[in-house]
Amino acid sequence: MAAVQDGQVESDAEKETKPDASNDVAGNSSGGARSMSPNAASSASGAAKAAAPTGPGEQQTLLAVLQFLKRSKLLESVDILRREAGLSDELDESQTNDGAAAGSGAGSQGEGSVDAASLLRRVSVGGAAATNIAATTTSKGAEDQPDVSIVLSAYSQQGDPALYQVYYSGLKNFIESVLDCHRAELSQLFYPLFVHMYLELVYNNHEHEAKVFFEKFSGDQECYYRDDLRVLSGLTKKEHMKGNETLLDFRTSKFVLRISRDSYQLLKRHLQERQNNQIWLIIQEHLYIDIFDGMPRSKSQIDSMSGSLAGEARREANKAKVYYGLLKEPEIEVPLDDEDDEAENEEGKPKKKKPKKDNLGSKNKKQDPNAPQQNRIPLPELKDSDKLDKIMSMKEATKKIRLGPDTLPSICFYTFLNAYQGLTSVDVTDDSSLIAGGFADSTVRVWSVTPKKLRKVKSAADLNLIDKEADDVLERIMDEKTASESKILYGHSGPVYGISFSPDRNYLLSSSEDGTVRLWSLQTFTCLVGYKGHNYPVWDTQFSPYGYYFVSGGHDRIARLWATDHYQPLRMFAGHLADITCTHFHPNSNYVATGSADRTVRLWDVLNGNCVRIFSGHKGPIHSLAFSPNGKYVASGATDGRVLLWDIGHGLMIGELKGHTDTVYALKFSRDGEILASGSMDGTVRLWDALKAFDVETDDFTAATGHIHLPDNSQELLLGTYMTKSTPVIHLHFTRRNLLLAAGGYNSQ
Amino acid sequence: MAEREERRFAEVSRDSVKLMAESAGVEVGDEVAALLAEDVCYRLREAAQNSSQFMRHAKRRKLTVEDFNRALRWSNVEAVCGYGAQDALPFRPAKEGELFFVEDRDVNLVNLALATNIPNGCAETMVRVHVSYLDGKGNLEPQGTVPSAVQSLSEDLLKYYQQITRAILGEDPHLMKVALLDLQTNSKIAALLPYFVYVISGVKSVSHDLEQLNRLLHMVKSLVQNPYLYLGSYVRSLVSSVMYCILEPLAASINPLNDHWTLRDYAALLLSHIFWTHGDLVSGLYHQILLSLQKVLSDPVRPLCSHYGAVVGLHALGWKAVERVLYPHLPAYWANLQAVLDDYSVSNAQVKADGHKVYGAILVAVERLLKMKALSLSKPAEGGVGGQQGTAGGVLGFRESSPGLSPPPEPLSEAGLGIASHLQAGGAGCPWEDWTPVPLPAMYCELYSFFGDSLAVRFSTGPELEGCLPALPCQPADARKETVANAAAGLDNSRKMPQLTANLNISPRPDGSPHTEPPPPSLAKVAGSNPDPPRLQRRSSSSRPGQRSAGPSRDVFPKARFPPPQAGPPSFSFLIGGRQMGRRCQGRRFQTSFGPQPPLASLPPRAYAHKLPVIGRVSKPVRRWTCSHYSLHLPL
Repeated sequence: MAAVQDGQVESDAEKETKPDASNDVAGNSSGGARSMSPNAASSASGAAKAAAPTGPGEQQTLLAVLQFLKRSKLLESVDILRREAGLSDELDESQTNDGAAAGSGAGSQGEGSVDAASLLRRVSVGGAAATNIAATTTSKGAEDQPDVSIVLSAYSQQGDPALYQVYYSGLKNFIESVLDCHRAELSQLFYPLFVHMYLELVYNNHEHEAKVFFEKFSGDQECYYRDDLRVLSGLTKKEHMKGNETLLDFRTSKFVLRISRDSYQLLKRHLQERQNNQIWLIIQEHLYIDIFDGMPRSKSQIDSMSGSLAGEARREANKAKVYYGLLKEPEIEVPLDDEDDEAENEEGKPKKKKPKKDNLGSKNKKQDPNAPQQNRIPLPELKDSDKLDKIMSMKEATKKIRLGPDTLPSICFYTFLNAYQGLTSVDVTDDSSLIAGGFADSTVRVWSVTPKKLRKVKSAADLNLIDKEADDVLERIMDEKTASESKILYGHSGPVYGISFSPDRNYLLSSSEDGTVRLWSLQTFTCLVGYKGHNYPVWDTQFSPYGYYFVSGGHDRIARLWATDHYQPLRMFAGHLADITCTHFHPNSNYVATGSADRTVRLWDVLNGNCVRIFSGHKGPIHSLAFSPNGKYVASGATDGRVLLWDIGHGLMIGELKGHTDTVYALKFSRDGEILASGSMDGTVRLWDALKAFDVETDDFTAATGHIHLPDNSQELLLGTYMTKSTPVIHLHFTRRNLLLAAGGYNSQ
Repeated sequence: MAEREERRFAEVSRDSVKLMAESAGVEVGDEVAALLAEDVCYRLREAAQNSSQFMRHAKRRKLTVEDFNRALRWSNVEAVCGYGAQDALPFRPAKEGELFFVEDRDVNLVNLALATNIPNGCAETMVRVHVSYLDGKGNLEPQGTVPSAVQSLSEDLLKYYQQITRAILGEDPHLMKVALLDLQTNSKIAALLPYFVYVISGVKSVSHDLEQLNRLLHMVKSLVQNPYLYLGSYVRSLVSSVMYCILEPLAASINPLNDHWTLRDYAALLLSHIFWTHGDLVSGLYHQILLSLQKVLSDPVRPLCSHYGAVVGLHALGWKAVERVLYPHLPAYWANLQAVLDDYSVSNAQVKADGHKVYGAILVAVERLLKMKALSLSKPAEGGVGGQQGTAGGVLGFRESSPGLSPPPEPLSEAGLGIASHLQAGGAGCPWEDWTPVPLPAMYCELYSFFGDSLAVRFSTGPELEGCLPALPCQPADARKETVANAAAGLDNSRKMPQLTANLNISPRPDGSPHTEPPPPSLAKVAGSNPDPPRLQRRSSSSRPGQRSAGPSRDVFPKARFPPPQAGPPSFSFLIGGRQMGRRCQGRRFQTSFGPQPPLASLPPRAYAHKLPVIGRVSKPVRRWTCSHYSLHLPL
């Protein structure tokens, strides 16, 4: 029961601030599982997070954990766990009969964690980082024995396979006969029940019955589960279930349903009357029913929230306080102000600027009540060059066009021509001076889109020769001979799926199929670091808006937070049930949003690694994310062509933008947040009225219950549709003056 | 077991498994094979599902072999090598047995290595930016076409451009001719069009150099005649360049020795040519042209050479333009001109010479106006038939007077009247709204009062018409009938009247247009639309009999206006194009000749005439006269 055990320990670890030893245990076991099968590990921990340790089944689990710990000779942890869980020795003893002595002892473990601690003391990071180190020193004992069978063994209690259809159709008849208001709610049961019954049949080798069952009832399921059903239908043998990630997800995570108390009572009564044990068992075992008081929800309300792999988010999952406000901008010091004034003087109107500046300053001084503390997470100090850049940016911002429904932005399209290798990702620097593309042939190419050519720094020998006291030393260190419009960066060994510039334009991050994230210097155009840890394709990476930190996520379902000067991740965000397809930093750098193929968006707290928001409602893998500039909202786009808008503070969906006919690969808010631009595979850029979309009143009732009424006003919000020339739009960027840049590779086919 | 399943997924049969096992030297039983087959299918599906992930992240719609290999590699299966090519891999069936295989041809490495036609390396990956939408609206370039960035100038094109411009603007007349000819026939210069248009717009900077102006105009002509070029909105720019040559008091005209008159004549011809072949590319172009011509004409401050340009421009645009713009202006203008002509002072000699030029041009224009008017007016007398003929005569007369031109201008002036009515500022002449055709006798009388006998003298050169026109005022009805008869009988004669319009006949290269060459088709059309059999036989011996049947359906189905298949083998596409051109315009002429008639009769054709530009736009290439093979693509 390894997988389940890990999760349990980890959740314990999260709840209480535990001593080091237990942290090690968590790291140890989860690490072991990860190296064996990353999917199992992440889903397991996801499940663990969801599961609260109550009920009789939990004790079994705890016992199993104890057993595992003993086997690994982690005696201290055993004691702690026993003490905390209040388990008696006898119980424990009775369970333990085969405490196999594993190879690596506690001593080596201890060493490992000491090493880790010393390594990472500077980072002041908690267990998350240590877990990773510990993972590398884990004994391989557990690896050989796949835990899948144990996971699946929950399916062993079975009824008569021939009766499954009867059970299911009995429930179906019941649900169809109840009052309309309850029917929609209870219909949510169909899909998880169907899946679990089918899997039980398959697991118990009733292949024929399973097939008949599938064919009879698969048509009843909501159309947005089509993709999952396709996977299911291919699976007809117990052997297939091993290593199938989707199944592990179904099993290990409880499918969450939200049902009103009335409806739930109805269901319960029905099942008790009919003595329908099979279904009741499944509901108990695999479903989590989140009961609320009040009016049952309507069909459309349910539909808008459902669709994710593990059902809806529980209400309490979105209750944590999120500091979504922006950080106070650092005040620019006097000498820099002077410089600014000088520049103004040159322009010949020195007076006008003054009051405006004060205005800006006072605005900055007001502390946003929703903002996190300035030093909630340590941010890098501003360098002089950063300050200069800030000033530039502020100057530009004064010339920014105020967008609105009547003043739409101009759009420039950057077309990548002759990209036979396949363009997979694009990023543009904040000041729009550089554009970089990641290609399927493992290269990263950087172009300068201003007349300023790209130059390398001179070699060390040449650098010795230059006059270091000269005013223009920064200019002198550049090697004029290397000036060119574009540079190619070689280093990856797989398609480059994610790419991100650092805010100061000195670095570039790229994530690739080869499982690494690489940091490149844009001064020398060489690779500085290869961050290894994902071991599976890394789908996306992004720099924090303040630099230094970055986040990456990929096939292993764990998003990692890194700092550029650490080769190990600082945080690991586990919980998604399928690949993490896109990652995005909150503007205040305190949170990270991840979109996943499990059709949820999660928001993670960088400080403690907790998942603070789960947004369900997408019906397909999510491929793009964008935070509004004020940090209050997040938009997400998926393969179904829909863009959903979320209110972070309330944890609610507040809008749905329908219009695209293919995957939305790019989302971006204008600099002031009035316009949301979306770019899609269908070769269009669409502009949406973000202000109007966010102008929904969230009353207390909605906020408390999470029952939302989405206005169907996509057409009103759509401000324009702009066609490209058979070019999918894979990146969007607003310049500091609110000119919209779009980018994509021209596809001649 | 489950048919649905089998239909939904690719299946590997147990026979295949057995075969593979055999080839690997293993004997497997039926049961094992069946189990293996099923497992293989499942694994295949799994790999396919995984591979789709790689496709999605590469932001593609097409699943490649590469994607599949990645999925295999990540599930610790050896990748399949050798299928990485982008092209589709066709399956071929083998003769014996139901075996399909991917064709895998041997590659001769030696040949490949020694091959001389080494393919050029792939072009470098680059980023191009273009403003797609300004302020969220307006599309600067037409959508759906190949991105202009893609066809950004290649080295070769750039070289071509330099060579051509150098040749055309250079010294060597022979080289220039070659260059112009190539410009007229080259099919690959679409990307250069904006550059050429830009060069041509340089007319304003060389207004002192007649020679250069002339060359640039020739360049316009070549571009306009190139069947492979879609001029699009560049027409406007070309027209403005040409108008510049027609109307502006060029620096070159200060010297009386410079023959800028010829330049103006040629430019006027070119203008009407552009208009009749490409006029529908830009809406309202005709009226803009008319308006600017009118403005120049009504502006007494302008020098006489500008007035001259306006008159020849109007003349080139057809007699209706003359009737609507020049004729109403004539009384006002006449006073000015008279003053110039009557001034015998020495200092005025040059101006007076210019005045005579203008006088001559007006005379020629007015004269054709009268002739055409007479022909068209003869229609009411004889009903529809006469009308047709009158117009037909008009065609011929026009054709002959301006050989470089394609169809006559009447139709659009009719069609666009509504548009022009509000464009017109109600200034000089008479407003378009209440413009009513002046009866021919009145017109003749008025013109006679200006030109006196010189008008009659000119007419006397046309022997057949001579008697009838001066007689018109007194016996209009008879005269009209006679006119018709004359027109019918004396078509050849009227074609022999170049001396009348010598002034306008200066098309420097009569080889230019295919329309000079096939008058028979145009005749045939006249005949086709003419329900009167004997006349048809008589007049158009060259016409095809099949057309008669096509005739009646024309009003209803404009698109049926094509020559029936037997009109000629499609291989003579050139001819078809020419005819078709003529035919289409014949259709328009046919419409407009009904113009003065009661609205009931004229309504349907008018509607059709309005639609015409639309149709024309859809099937753009048809308008190009030499673009014969395009015309076959027109949906029939």
